[in-house]
Amino acid sequence: MTETVLILGGGQAGAQAVLSLRQQGFAGRLVLVGSEPFLPYQRPPLSKAFLSGALPRERLLIKPEAFYRQADVECILDTPAVSLDAAERQLTLADDRQLGFDQLLLATGGRPRQLQCPGADHPRLHYLRTLDDVERLREHFLPGARLVVIGAGYIGLEAAAVAVKQGLKVQVLEAAPRVLARVTGAQVSEFFAGVHAEAGVEIHCNTGVVGIDGDPDTARVHTATGDVMEADLVLAGIGLLPNVELAEAAGIACDNGILVDDLARSSAPGVLAAGDCSNHPSVIYGRRLRLESVHNAIEQAKAAAATIAGKPRPYNQVPWFWSDQYDLKLQTAGLLEGHDRALVRGDPQSRSFAVFYLRDNRLLAVDAINRPAEFIAARTLIPAGGQLDPARLTDENVAPQQFA
Amino acid sequence: MIKVTYIEFNGTERTVEVEEGVSLMEAAVNNLVPGIDGDCGGMCACATCHVHVEAEWLDKLAPMEEQEDAMLNLAEGRDGSSRLTCQIQATPELDGIRVRTPIGQH
Ligand SMILES: Cc1cc2nc3c(=O)[nH]c(=O)nc-3n(C[C@H](O)[C@H](O)[C@H](O)COP(=O)(O)OP(=O)(O)OC[C@H]3O[C@@H](n4cnc5c(N)ncnc54)[C@H](O)[C@@H]3O)c2cc1C
Ligand code: FES
Repeated sequence: MTETVLILGGGQAGAQAVLSLRQQGFAGRLVLVGSEPFLPYQRPPLSKAFLSGALPRERLLIKPEAFYRQADVECILDTPAVSLDAAERQLTLADDRQLGFDQLLLATGGRPRQLQCPGADHPRLHYLRTLDDVERLREHFLPGARLVVIGAGYIGLEAAAVAVKQGLKVQVLEAAPRVLARVTGAQVSEFFAGVHAEAGVEIHCNTGVVGIDGDPDTARVHTATGDVMEADLVLAGIGLLPNVELAEAAGIACDNGILVDDLARSSAPGVLAAGDCSNHPSVIYGRRLRLESVHNAIEQAKAAAATIAGKPRPYNQVPWFWSDQYDLKLQTAGLLEGHDRALVRGDPQSRSFAVFYLRDNRLLAVDAINRPAEFIAARTLIPAGGQLDPARLTDENVAPQQFA
Repeated sequence: MIKVTYIEFNGTERTVEVEEGVSLMEAAVNNLVPGIDGDCGGMCACATCHVHVEAEWLDKLAPMEEQEDAMLNLAEGRDGSSRLTCQIQATPELDGIRVRTPIGQH
């Protein structure tokens, strides 16, 4: 009997799993089920080149349609799965179809955390996760329009950068004391706040949102500090909730994501998980992580495919991420939590510098702004785990390849 | 449209037609050319789109920017002919270009 592998979720991880399974020689039946009406596409451009209009929709696809045909994949799009019976190995779709499987990969990603304040159903309030989200947003994303961004994370700031370049009037509200507070150190936050201010974006930190009202065409955003901001468009980027409900209801262990081991296996036999929806153990950092990045989705999907194909290969990589704002390319390697020192190499004024995050002189993470060499060096230095000489890290006469 | 030939490490050649302005990485992905992944979608952030450009075409390419040069250090087997295909846009001068995909990307 031929083996059936189901992949639930047609995103970055789902697309990679299809590719890797066939590359690993899996010859059985392969079905990709997705709730969106599109073949898997890239999300990063949604807040960058696609939002700005520089990249047409057709160029977002991760693989062309022909790829799925050639790989002999049954694609069931626009059809969410509604329940999972892990013991019987059966998945039920919204159209009542039942799909049996031998192995299932959950690659369900996540959904934007919703604002909880009064008025959170205002028609001009948007989130940014899917192509459809961007299409809706773009209707009012016009020069002269007033945009209020709630949350100064990567997505919010990337959208702010595109917006101000297109002539929108942009204000950003952030509840924390600094921008990007969840993902970077104080130096990089300060740098990006400065860059945005220079470009004409007004940033207000320590300012939460308490409510939204106004008529359907104009949102009035009320802040905790008592200000009212009128906007033609409000974009909330306040985090992601992993899509774990289906797994949870099936009795699969979840805790901030579907819990998996380093081979991407969940607590239910035959059920694996990868990407934004999953939570995996990291040997490098000695704790569990739920990451939201293209690299994690791709590499974890490769590990899952290897497990399914019977050629297990543990997932253990240094996380990395990038963000593009204006002429700046930020590349982050590693995770900075727990650092006791942050060292700056280069002059932020020059718009090219790196920040090294260390604990006991061991490298935990780097933020490299227009500094690819430092980023690359860090990707080998972090897992190596050796003690580094802080003076060399900040000495511009020492090349990044010579840090160790 | 220009013609681009991708040559696998085992000698298999594939010639595809590429619209001007499209990168050689996108063209490879869209034409199911193996050995070019393009994980970051062409943002010059992943180095999974590395090729060796055949000598006669090398100096017809626009010079590398610092980002590409640095990212290439991540690529296995980098040499003087190494480039990232996401940073090469199809232009009329490149009609007929031949590039080799490295063994490590297969
Ligand atoms: C605007 C934006 C910008 C980003 N920029 C960057 C960046 O610069 N760099 C970077 O590294 N990362 C970036 N990311 C993050 C990156 O895109 C994600 O980490 C990646 O897409 C995760 O892949 P995934 O497959 O886990 O989830 P997704 O790509 O979200 O795919 C999950 C899919 O599963 C579907 N699904 C969920 N539940 C069901 C169900 N029950 N039935 C059927 N289908 C279901 C969803 O609809 C979705 O299509 C960005 C994300 C966004 C939104
Ligand atoms: S596609 Fe990532 S560097 Fe070229």
